[in-house]
Amino acid sequence: MITEYLIAGFLIMAGIFGFVGSFGLIKLNDPMSRLHAPTKATTLGVGGVLLASMVHGIAVEGHLSLHEVMITLFLFLTAPVTALFIAKVHLHRHETLKSLPPAGEDGIWATHDVEPEGEEEKQSSA
Amino acid sequence: MRLFRRVIPHPILTLLLTLTWVLLASSWTLNSLVFGFLLGLVIPFLTQPYWPEQARMKKPHKIAAYILIVLWDIVMANITVARIVLFKPNSRRQPRWVTVPLDLKTPEAITALAGTITMTPGTVSADLSAEGHALLVHCLDAEDPEAVRDEIKQRYERRLMEIFE
Repeated sequence: MITEYLIAGFLIMAGIFGFVGSFGLIKLNDPMSRLHAPTKATTLGVGGVLLASMVHGIAVEGHLSLHEVMITLFLFLTAPVTALFIAKVHLHRHETLKSLPPAGEDGIWATHDVEPEGEEEKQSSA
Repeated sequence: MRLFRRVIPHPILTLLLTLTWVLLASSWTLNSLVFGFLLGLVIPFLTQPYWPEQARMKKPHKIAAYILIVLWDIVMANITVARIVLFKPNSRRQPRWVTVPLDLKTPEAITALAGTITMTPGTVSADLSAEGHALLVHCLDAEDPEAVRDEIKQRYERRLMEIFE
């Protein structure tokens, strides 16, 4: 009985955070801020489902399943990489050296540390 | 020893991959162990050009404490972000870019820090400076950018510094 409530509790928590993550995509009003909602709120959303699944596995089916731990691990490894890729696209298309804060002693951010496209073409044709 | 290094460039990665495969297969048989070990040999060997240096750790036993702190922070981050999304009007939210100068030097440590920043309260790491001396971090809602920077340096970078360097 208690485990049922526990499982239900985890599922509801997961549902709420999953919803907040998706709602954030609509509500937040600039691209970089939108990135925050899905990278974080969904971690706990998916995490809640996985916890519920583990508790169900132990209490109802009577065996411990470690697949959930692996899913959590993969999620934690891939979420920052995906976020970084989206952020990089944003930096390329919408930000310039002047719109960003100073890059410390190096003077330029790695995304902008490329030769202008025209120059590249000249060099490849030469 | 040199031959060992050529064949197995990252022994810990080999062990981890084997363990991952056995857990994924979810069967503790010799079959999955052998196949997992084969993957553990092939994958580090093929990806060696992209990760030539051996990662060094000074105090690996501190990793457990770090993981616990980060897990706790991830839970808190979810609640903080959920509250900002649900209750804070966009006009009162202050999204900002913050530069975090780095004391960490090894690529592995910087990767860990960048990943941690993305997973924790209201911050996403967006870029590295050209020579790797600073991180560009985006904050969802920061009244005081310097406090954010100091917290990242105090809470995460200092601990990673102890583990890696």
